[in-house]
Amino acid sequence: MIHSAKKTSLVAIGILAAILIVFFISLNTGTIPIGPADVVRTLLGTGDGSFDVILFDFRLPRMVIALLIGIGMGIAGAILQGVTQNGLADPGILGINAGAGFAVVLYIFFLQDKLAGTGSLQVFIMPLFAFAGAFLAASLIYALAWKKGVTPVRLILVGIGVNAAFGGLIIVFQLMMEPKDFTQATIWLNGSIWQTSWNYVLALLPWIILLVPYAIYKAKALNVLTLGDQIAVGVGAPVQRERTILLLLAVALAGACVAAGGAITFLGLVAPHLARRIVGPNHKHLLPICALIGALIMLVADTLSRTILAPSEIPIGLVVSAIGAPYFIYLLIKE
Amino acid sequence: MQARRLVGTIILIAGIALLIFSIGLSIAFGVADISLNTVWNSIFHYDATNTSHQIIHRLRMPRTVAAVLIGAMLAASGSIMQGMTRNPLASPQIMGVTSGATFMIAIALVFLPGISNVNLLLFSFIGAGLGLGLVFGIGLLAKTGLTPVKLALAGTAVTALLGSFSNAMAIHFDVARDLSFWYAGGVANVQWDTVKLLFPAAAIGLVLALFISGSVTTLSLGEDVATGLGLKTGLVKAAGVLVVLILTGAAVSVGGTIGFVGLVIPHITRFLVGPDYRWIIPCSAVLGGILLNFADIASRMINPPFETPVGALTALIGVPFFIYLARREGKNI
Repeated sequence: MIHSAKKTSLVAIGILAAILIVFFISLNTGTIPIGPADVVRTLLGTGDGSFDVILFDFRLPRMVIALLIGIGMGIAGAILQGVTQNGLADPGILGINAGAGFAVVLYIFFLQDKLAGTGSLQVFIMPLFAFAGAFLAASLIYALAWKKGVTPVRLILVGIGVNAAFGGLIIVFQLMMEPKDFTQATIWLNGSIWQTSWNYVLALLPWIILLVPYAIYKAKALNVLTLGDQIAVGVGAPVQRERTILLLLAVALAGACVAAGGAITFLGLVAPHLARRIVGPNHKHLLPICALIGALIMLVADTLSRTILAPSEIPIGLVVSAIGAPYFIYLLIKE
Repeated sequence: MQARRLVGTIILIAGIALLIFSIGLSIAFGVADISLNTVWNSIFHYDATNTSHQIIHRLRMPRTVAAVLIGAMLAASGSIMQGMTRNPLASPQIMGVTSGATFMIAIALVFLPGISNVNLLLFSFIGAGLGLGLVFGIGLLAKTGLTPVKLALAGTAVTALLGSFSNAMAIHFDVARDLSFWYAGGVANVQWDTVKLLFPAAAIGLVLALFISGSVTTLSLGEDVATGLGLKTGLVKAAGVLVVLILTGAAVSVGGTIGFVGLVIPHITRFLVGPDYRWIIPCSAVLGGILLNFADIASRMINPPFETPVGALTALIGVPFFIYLARREGKNI
């Protein structure tokens, strides 16, 4: 065990170093490249101020939010895979993206123009809608998959069905929209962190700070659940109660992340897998590493989304899918 | 067996009667109110100066024919997929056919603006083949083969992958709205020259489907049994894939993604006429035509003068059924 803890620390330090390096490179890159010396000077406050706006108001907030979303989605995915005992589960399968997407489309279609005058309040209403939609969709899928308990297979299949229904509804409303609203909705639905401001960071931060340590604290319960219901009951764990708490935790984390960054799929699937390969199945070690890997992937994806088709940007969710889907297919083949 | 055959015959006769009725209904209903009497006259005593007659000939008739054909094609193609793979979830959407076609259509819209309908059809075919090939390929490579769950997941992954490329292109080149309109599915703007392309594909595909239906029945008993009975399974599978590509590729290229017709109708038909694909394929073609035609009528009626995307409607009809299947099959999968 001591050996394992030591390995986890080493891995954590390694990934942190990688995050720092990518973070620094990412600060340099974008439509307007900024040299390393200028970045350091601007960060230390000794520059001539010409890069202050780009770095502090545009690049830094979106990079910080990318890190936070990576942490949140990584942990949510790990919890979900543990609870459902299925390595192929992803928060998207619980309908979180589709539900949030539908709520956001409804908001843009019915409410956005009416709330146009409310200023900064408006910035927070759309994420609230997204969060509520994510929660409702997850509950709906859980309820429909319930038949004297929930099996992982039913959860996945019902999830695919409900996702398709929400997809249909999204299209119905989207096609009735004005072109401007349509574009806004499309970009949101593909996961984007372009217009991130520090306000968004402040809105997401409490969720991460509160829920991530709680999830790590719950690692032991998660380990017991992973053994399967029979053994878990055998060692005296209140299985249904723990499962509900953990699922709620995952949905809250993923919902908050989706609210801040739009639909981002496959991250919650890929991060736990990579983490499990490196530090094994014990959630006490798995969860922190998973958070770090998620953060690293998001940071890399953000940098790519800015540079692949520069000067225009592609939504970060698409970059994550393009990386994540092939890995998922590889897992399908191998399992 | 005798009873099943009777049910099959009844479905075919009653189904075709209902189909003709729905065709009349579809031509009569719409934003401009036209009586059935006028429909009759426009067909048998066509008057080129009459506006109603023109609406019927130029707009309503091609649209109705397309809806019936596409419904029949998707349902027949879904039947073949389910029979060949013995997989209850096999259907054009889940097998990656639709997302493959969407991907190639996105490419066509971006790089070849103003592309002709014939060429768009060709791109859609290639895309349908690409999507199907990817999902089948994953199935071949997977050690344990494609269980229904794995099939669904492989389809989801391929859809996500191709979808991310399609969307990235669409957003970057600003054709997202065009692609969405196509993707949403519908036959509202179908013209006669499109029907002229669709019809041969439907005729060839459906005749071929009937031709191999007996072999599909044998194949649906399992690979070993079929080989034991002297069936050249490789040949039948290749023919089946070809038929699926012709039917789905053409249907998707004209109608966009019309979800769940190819999943739901074969199941309902199998429930009614039993496991013989010589009956399932023709009956599901008739029922598919009826379903899509009524869905198309509904898409005009829900929120006039707006057209509700018919693909979304069929999805909303199909999803409860899919969930029912998921709950029922959950144990065996």
